[in-house]
Amino acid sequence: MSKPKIAIFDFACCEGCQLQFVNLEEELLDLIGVADVVEWREAMSEKSQEYDIAIIEGSITRLEDEERLKLIRSRAKVLIALGACATIGGVNKLKNNFNDLDEVKKCVYGKDSKKPHLATQPTKAVDEVVDVDFYVHGCPIDRKEFTYIVRCLLLGKTPEIPDYPVCVECKAKGNPCLWQYGQVCLGPIIRAGCGARCPSNGFRCFGCRGYTSNPNVDAAKEVIDKFGLTVDHLKTKMVLFGSRQEPTIYG
Amino acid sequence: MAKTVNINVHHVTRVEGHGNIVVNATNGKVEKVEWQVPEAPRFFEAMVRGRSYEDIQTIVSRICGICSITHSLASTKAVENALGIKVSEQADKVRILMHYSEQLQSHVLHVGYLVAPDLFGLPSVVPLAAKAPDAVMAVIRLHRLANEWSDLIAGRTTHPVTLKPGGLTKFPTAKELRELQERLKNSVADLKAVAAAVLSVAGNLPNFTRQTEYISLKQDNPPTYTFYHGDITSTDYDGAVSIHDWQSVANEYVNDQSTAKWTKWHRDSYTVGALARFNNNAPLLSPLAKDVAKMFGLTQGCCNPFMNSVAQLVECVHVVETSIAMIDELLTKGIKPENVKTSPKAGKASGCVEAPRGILFHQYEFDRKGNCVGADICIPTNQNHAAIQKDFEKFVPEILDEGEDAVRLKLEMLVRSYDPCISCSTHMLNVEFVR
Ligand code: SF4
Ligand code: SF4
Ligand code: SF4
Ligand code: NI
Repeated sequence: MSKPKIAIFDFACCEGCQLQFVNLEEELLDLIGVADVVEWREAMSEKSQEYDIAIIEGSITRLEDEERLKLIRSRAKVLIALGACATIGGVNKLKNNFNDLDEVKKCVYGKDSKKPHLATQPTKAVDEVVDVDFYVHGCPIDRKEFTYIVRCLLLGKTPEIPDYPVCVECKAKGNPCLWQYGQVCLGPIIRAGCGARCPSNGFRCFGCRGYTSNPNVDAAKEVIDKFGLTVDHLKTKMVLFGSRQEPTIYG
Repeated sequence: MAKTVNINVHHVTRVEGHGNIVVNATNGKVEKVEWQVPEAPRFFEAMVRGRSYEDIQTIVSRICGICSITHSLASTKAVENALGIKVSEQADKVRILMHYSEQLQSHVLHVGYLVAPDLFGLPSVVPLAAKAPDAVMAVIRLHRLANEWSDLIAGRTTHPVTLKPGGLTKFPTAKELRELQERLKNSVADLKAVAAAVLSVAGNLPNFTRQTEYISLKQDNPPTYTFYHGDITSTDYDGAVSIHDWQSVANEYVNDQSTAKWTKWHRDSYTVGALARFNNNAPLLSPLAKDVAKMFGLTQGCCNPFMNSVAQLVECVHVVETSIAMIDELLTKGIKPENVKTSPKAGKASGCVEAPRGILFHQYEFDRKGNCVGADICIPTNQNHAAIQKDFEKFVPEILDEGEDAVRLKLEMLVRSYDPCISCSTHMLNVEFVR
């Protein structure tokens, strides 16, 4: 089989997820050995129109970007949403807390807010515009998880991504629960896979990997019971990375 | 010789974010030279509105993946200034260590992965790995060291999770600091190897100069080649301006060419970044950093923007040497546990630090509940947009005879030499919130 062609595209985002590719260091060169990176504006001058796998970083915030994304989807066999901006809208969704986007523009651009190049619309995650085949969660993504997903893909396997709460990983590490210190930690409702990165550093989980569909496991229940929380209440605290997000919790 | 040149580079590659170059020249007469920044605006000043002082850093860190530590530090300092929160000496030192890790990471990425291919005449770092494998391996090792250094102190490589108003949520242990110090000492050989490799192709850096103003932080007490504390200074100004008066330095204005605001102080443009810091503070560099500057013939007063990449190399050496010494100080005093509690309060203030690509200003206002009611952020890349435009205007007529391909390549190289962070720059138009 010939090497699959990979193309990387960025929309509204901080490009921190692409940066994690560079942070793979030598492993990046290995990856480039098994796949053919045909377009990656941030790191290469080469450009291409043909690819098997499209990697999308960033949220969709303009109509012209929706069109561009649909075109990419029509050309790609497989489409991967990379990072919270793409998977759930990320911090960009904070903008949607304002009912009136003209108000948002005015508070940033003042009297210049009517200029055409400042056009904007409510932030959408990638799957609100096109079908997504694989999700790489996190803000930023975990580079190990990314290479795992890509390797599975190249081998034709389905990657197994955790769908239990961050509390499971946090408890396994023996961290003291941050609720004890009055911190609003979203661990019980958020998808694990980051190794409970934030609570392990004494920082509350703010939900960058999105909701888990299964908050009903022991480690999370323990926290919820002990501190008198509910899943619904916790969801109201999911502001930084999930504003105006449809609830994705079942059962 | 009369030349007709039409260049329209849509989205310059190997920069962070999107920028366009437009040049039209007919029969040797330049009709249009433009540096455009059309990135989708992200409205961060609106996104922080209504959010708690404790969440600001987590939001604005996402302005930019490459400068995430810098944005976190600038915003945290602004929050602390606004709410009157004090920070211990040890927390201050550890934060500076964290900041240095990002300077090294960003500079190595820029010089090694983004600029070096130009100097070797290649389209990206991938073919470069085949042509100069030893130098590329040294770059990779340094980049990994910088990232693991951030991981240790900031909790992760990108978007720190150990910073909080009043200090840090976690300090490195003495053992971790000792190991880091050992690795920093061992990295000096790689730094020298990369400097030697860049020196071997430094002749390919275009010889272009334009007299302009260079602005950076400056710290007298104690005298420091500063990235973190101090006042604002410039090569056109002997004194220093308090960081709280940064708006009187930046003098932002709207320009139709970009979604970002431009800036000027004593002239029609000014430059920020490694070369600006070097031009203002070079005598305070560490000994080995001074040696590297000498190797390249880089001296104070240099007005060749392409030398910014060399100044970055010099700074890589400086932050490594300085961090080795700072770790000694931390280990001698010993890190004591601290548990800082903060409470909400009304206030308005600024915070300022040097991003790898230049001076960065954040300002916030909070209500009594500690919720944000206003923000104003001014990004280094925006401060360089006018300088890039002015450079283009002077540079294009000088090189027009070399033909379209050469002009295009040299203009792209010029843009890259500023190390622009366009993803950073366009979110930053700002006005007080309409209440
Ligand atoms: S998910 Fe986070 S790290 Fe990735 S691009 Fe978006 S803001 Fe940056
Ligand atoms: S809620 Fe407690 S146990 Fe769960 S992730 Fe947060 S700190 Fe850990
Ligand atoms: S702990 Fe929460 S916020 Fe932190 S990385 Fe994991 S999912 Fe994201
Ligand atoms: Ni940036």
